[in-house]
Amino acid sequence: MATQASRTAGRLMLSPAVVLLFLWMIVPLAMTIYFSFLRYNLLMPGTEEWAGFDNYHYFFTDPAFWPALVNTLTLVIGVLVITVVGGVALAVLLDQPMWGQGIVRILVIAPFLVMPSVSALVWKNMLMNPVNGLFAAMARGLGLPPYDFFADAPLASIILIVAWQWLPFATLILLTAMQSLDQEQMEAAEMDGAGVFWRFWHLTIPHLMRAITVVVLIQTIFLLSVFAEILVTTNGGPGTASTTLTFLVYVQSMLQFDVGLGSAGGIVAVILANIVAIFLMRMIGKNLET
Amino acid sequence: MGEIVLSKVMKSFGGVEIIKGIDLTIADGEFVVFVGPSGCGKSTLLRLIAGLEDVTSGTIAIDGRDATDLPPAKRGLAMVFQSYALYPHMSVRKNIAFPLRMAGLPAAEQQRKVEAAAKILNLTPYLERRPGQLSGGQRQRVAIGRAIVREPAAFLFDEPLSNLDAALRVSMRQEISELHQSLKTTMIYVTHDQVEAMTMADKIVVLNAGRIEQVGSPLDLYRSPANLFVAGFIGSPKMNFVEGAEAAKNGAHTLGIRPEHIDVTADGPWSGTVGICEHLGSDTFLKVEVAGVGTINVRAGGEVPLHHGDPIRLTPQPDKFHRFDSAGQAA
Ligand SMILES: Nc1ncnc2c1ncn2[C@@H]1O[C@H](COP(=O)(O)OP(=O)(O)OP(=O)(O)O)[C@@H](O)[C@H]1O
Ligand SMILES: [Mg+2]
Repeated sequence: MATQASRTAGRLMLSPAVVLLFLWMIVPLAMTIYFSFLRYNLLMPGTEEWAGFDNYHYFFTDPAFWPALVNTLTLVIGVLVITVVGGVALAVLLDQPMWGQGIVRILVIAPFLVMPSVSALVWKNMLMNPVNGLFAAMARGLGLPPYDFFADAPLASIILIVAWQWLPFATLILLTAMQSLDQEQMEAAEMDGAGVFWRFWHLTIPHLMRAITVVVLIQTIFLLSVFAEILVTTNGGPGTASTTLTFLVYVQSMLQFDVGLGSAGGIVAVILANIVAIFLMRMIGKNLET
Repeated sequence: MGEIVLSKVMKSFGGVEIIKGIDLTIADGEFVVFVGPSGCGKSTLLRLIAGLEDVTSGTIAIDGRDATDLPPAKRGLAMVFQSYALYPHMSVRKNIAFPLRMAGLPAAEQQRKVEAAAKILNLTPYLERRPGQLSGGQRQRVAIGRAIVREPAAFLFDEPLSNLDAALRVSMRQEISELHQSLKTTMIYVTHDQVEAMTMADKIVVLNAGRIEQVGSPLDLYRSPANLFVAGFIGSPKMNFVEGAEAAKNGAHTLGIRPEHIDVTADGPWSGTVGICEHLGSDTFLKVEVAGVGTINVRAGGEVPLHHGDPIRLTPQPDKFHRFDSAGQAA
């Protein structure tokens, strides 16, 4: 892409894709913004009228709004902490030469390939169920009363499930980063008398910073929209204990058939996601520069 | 201070013997170069000495102490890696001070030594930079600086100059030689560049397939190679090997003649045709097809007005012949 002509040709050839992607993104967004300013309830078709900021007003004053906001952030941060710490630990372990490395690595990736609703159901019915679940059986085996995860710690349980799903992704990205760590650097540090932990903190972790940043940024995008796991397990409850913004939007637009209110919630969620993204880029984006 | 004695050192990787029994004594203050073809085990041998690999059998003694089972940090050796192995997120100052910090030296003492090393290596203006902001030669000097400050019993270099361009290689080569002159510390230097080996070494160790072929001073190896391998490996262009009638006439199974020991004369005993002709100005390298002898490389001094296809007569210098028996050993 050196000459003026080839640059122009390049732009021309790219433009259909760019235009398509742009429309793909901008049309739904524009429609959502438009709907968010309408009084638009599916139960009363034909009565759509301009509502100004009413929908936003209702959304913000909804008693579930603040809990949902807090829950969303708790979910995102909780899952990020677990996956990054666990991912680094697993990456370090999997990077060691060992017997059956290939199979172990595939097994580690497996959770990522399970559909969210399926894995949530497995956790709900086979592991965390207070009557039939594996954890309850283990608790009984130890003579303890079984713990009702979804009743007593709904958000923590969901965080656990989502973290389990995303751990493979973090591990995979961190493992590839791990493998590009210069072995000679480690050996030099070893000869200079640096211990294992020192090498981990001062050589491995700085080397992984870029990969950790990628993991955090990508996961945040997806974690802000976690939905299936909540729907399948707690349905946002008990009360609003596990309702996130995404789930709140669903409750309002689907269960209450209020498209206008739901759209307003959607726009709020988009704005929140952007705020989080700006924060993240400010905080850790510099790790992506070379 | 830095005597290193290897006895019967062997190393296998997964059942494959890579180092096949090495006995070698490196005297204190000596500059020893390991040369050999790629894959012969030079790096492995160096890593065994450094303690980065465990020996399969045999012993390594440093300063008269058995160091076979000592961890690398306890051996008192410093290594300079081919990839420099600098710590990328530390400044040059911190990189050089690193081994001192690990040894728990007071900060003032660290700084004094770092400044001194930086001065020797002309790194003072770069002390606050990161390794990523340095050129290859500067990085190499930082790596050497990090080794110097430890005041090790011996320095180990694994092809430290192979990532540098030709001109820089020559100047770094001289810097390392000067460093050796001023520090008088034992240095072990791995290379496959025989010019580096010849110019820097007090003693060259020629390795082949995990064995020592010959140990000696550069000129020893040049003048009296012990076998065909060393004869072919040391010297550039390569020594000519002549077999058959011509060799038998001189009482050898294989006759070795260095290209620089063949003269272009008007009435020489060998007559042939010039093949490839490389005019370098200072020298002219000729590939000559000699009837009844084979292809012979000739190094003629200065400019020689010969070209492809010209007839030529050659006179080998009989007093410079190397004679080898049928087992390839010098006779
Ligand atoms: N960790 C290892 N596992 C298995 N084989 C190894 C290992 N390290 C080295 N080898 C083998 O040992 C042999 C010698 O390797 P080494 O790196 O010492 O060669 P070298 O003489 O340094 O070559 P070069 O000039 O190319 O650097 C090679 O055949 C290599 O494949
Ligand atoms: Mg090597």
